[in-house]
Amino acid sequence: MTLHAETPAKTGSRAVRRRDGALFTRFDLLVTPYLFVSPYFVLFVLFGVFPLGYTLWVSLHDWELAGSRTFVGAGNYLSLVADEAFWNAVVNTLGMFVLSTVPQLVLALLLANALNKRIRGRLALRMGVLLPLVTSVVAVAVVFTQLYGRDYGMVNWFLGLFGADAVNWQNEKWSAWIAISTMVDWRWTGYNAIILLAAMQTIPRDLYEAAALDGASARRQFWRITVPMLRPTIVFVVFVSTIGGLTLFTEPVMFDGNPTMSGGATGQYQTVAMFVVKEAFRDFDLGYAAAAAWLLFVLILLGTLVNHLLTRRIGGAR
Amino acid sequence: MLNDRRRGRLAAVTTMTAVALALTSCGSGQADGPASTAAEPVVITVHTFGGGENFGYDKAAATWNAAHPGIQIRYQNLTDRFEDVYLPQLLQRLQAGSGAADVVALDEGAMGLMKARPQFFTDLGQYGLGSRKADFPPAKWDNGVNAEGKLFALGTDIGGMTMCYRTDLFEKAGLPTDREEVGKLWPDWASFMEVGKKFQAANPGKDDPRFLDGPNTLYNVILAQEAQRNGDITYIDKANKLVIDTNPAVRTAFDTVRSFSEAGLTAKLASFTPPWNAAIKKGGFATMGCPAWMLGVVSGAAGDSGKGKWDVATVPGGAGNWGGSYLAVTKQSKHPKEAAEVVNYLTGKEGQIMAFQEAAAFPSSLPAQRDPAVGDLRNPFFNDAPTGKIFGASVENLRPVFLGEKHAQVKTAVEKILEGMDQGSVPYDQAWQRFLDAGVKAAG
Repeated sequence: MTLHAETPAKTGSRAVRRRDGALFTRFDLLVTPYLFVSPYFVLFVLFGVFPLGYTLWVSLHDWELAGSRTFVGAGNYLSLVADEAFWNAVVNTLGMFVLSTVPQLVLALLLANALNKRIRGRLALRMGVLLPLVTSVVAVAVVFTQLYGRDYGMVNWFLGLFGADAVNWQNEKWSAWIAISTMVDWRWTGYNAIILLAAMQTIPRDLYEAAALDGASARRQFWRITVPMLRPTIVFVVFVSTIGGLTLFTEPVMFDGNPTMSGGATGQYQTVAMFVVKEAFRDFDLGYAAAAAWLLFVLILLGTLVNHLLTRRIGGAR
Repeated sequence: MLNDRRRGRLAAVTTMTAVALALTSCGSGQADGPASTAAEPVVITVHTFGGGENFGYDKAAATWNAAHPGIQIRYQNLTDRFEDVYLPQLLQRLQAGSGAADVVALDEGAMGLMKARPQFFTDLGQYGLGSRKADFPPAKWDNGVNAEGKLFALGTDIGGMTMCYRTDLFEKAGLPTDREEVGKLWPDWASFMEVGKKFQAANPGKDDPRFLDGPNTLYNVILAQEAQRNGDITYIDKANKLVIDTNPAVRTAFDTVRSFSEAGLTAKLASFTPPWNAAIKKGGFATMGCPAWMLGVVSGAAGDSGKGKWDVATVPGGAGNWGGSYLAVTKQSKHPKEAAEVVNYLTGKEGQIMAFQEAAAFPSSLPAQRDPAVGDLRNPFFNDAPTGKIFGASVENLRPVFLGEKHAQVKTAVEKILEGMDQGSVPYDQAWQRFLDAGVKAAG
């Protein structure tokens, strides 16, 4: 645009053109930047904000799939809070989250520390821990479900070598939770390890050298230098794991062997995400499901907040 | 710097060219469209569900397509699971107003639900299908009439009731294998239990086959029989009130299943799951309640290696009906008239006979039932059992069982408790209460 360098207008038509130009410049300055960033926001509104708002709207109704709908206000939320099945799903979700995430992150941290050392075949090992991530979740769940099979499963065969009875892994809460947690861990430990490893490599070497000169052991260096320096990354990893853990869905569904979304005969491993799908698309109660989805959203916010407070303490709050 | 900028512009030009190319290619594609559709026939999509051979419309569709170049049937079986896959998907597509087939198959369990949603289906009466009334047993016909009194669905098959059994496992356990003799072993469920105990005594090992597959099939068979003795209702009465706790039919079916489970006669398998299919193939259990359509499920799951190992005998406890389906034309169909013609054909005598030959689905059409092609049919997979005669006898004097709007949901919920009880996650003494609670919740 070179219009701003023009001499003052001499004829009427030029004046008009100039005013047009000025308008365009203003438009260009004010609106164009927004247009450039708009693709993200348009998509975010379409697929993020709108569903969130619409779900809220649906959750205020007694809304049947392909059926009637009546406004009930907070009715769905009130009956949800009193619904044993919902709390069972919440307990399952939190239980499996703790059971899978805690060992997963500890393991990832130790793994990253090991991979950060000068060892032979370092590149191959680093790539190796990422391998589970490229397999599809469904494939992982199918294979693990077969490993945990009651009649022909490898885990029961192995336990049988020690004289243990065959475990029906789907049958009890503890066994199902363990089985599902191992699936989650197998897939995600390597991913978190790689992220932590990347962060470890940004820690200045001289810190370790100084510590070594002062006589700090490797273990002490790990806890006093590595972990505190990793804090922002650990916060990120914990947040992502929290969101992933609280929306756990595919693994328990596949573990069930059928898509009833009930998570075992009596909901031993039904997660909140499964509860939402079951209410909406098995019992056709969309309003109730929408309310449960919103409570899940709140649950994730709370979970992230709690984890934020916990991780802030790592290595002493600053 | 300059270099960079130029590269940027080059990239922009390339992108724009690519976009322009993409746009023109789209445009030319659309331009081709109308010209070529002019001569194309009307395609009527038919969506069904079911395991194994499911609806068995391969031959029927091919026969129609050969005779009607102007109307082509495209038959597709979507899934083997009705309540938790097919039905939710169909409801979503009906509500969305697109995506559903022209002709959709409906299991009897969902007819209550669909009757209450007349807005989604075409009135078949306006295409003259009201004239078919005399072809069907009154119960089958009435179920296809919706809340507005319009005919929206026509019957395909009915279940009837028999008992499938493995001849090889029976022989090993020292039991007779001839279907007449086997049928005489168990006139009622008490004697069936005795046979089961005998069978299990011969198969005491932990990995030996069990007498029954699991709770679901047994439960559905007994419930269907008992419903006929208790006002033709199961969970929901004709005023759409939940009667699960007061209907003796439900309690009897539950108690009988519990006694078989407690006696250790079940393989603790939930039906229509991968382990259940594997056990059908590997001989994990010896008997299973079999409506006609279940024969297609068994032969489909067992594969060729199972041929001749299964047979069909009469069921303990008398006549009953489990399952059976309907075909309806959706409102969103663009060719309702042609779709109605296809429904008329598939539910007609010829279509039902072909489905019976292909998938063992027993015809609900009376002219088809009376046809020698049905009465004399033998099933080669089941040791040439005269399935036409056996199922014909099992549906005589059959009375309709009323299924309420929430039947499918209640059924799914309570059977989960049965599975839990059988597999041990629900203690036997708490099972009945949990069963009722689950039913009440699903109906609410």
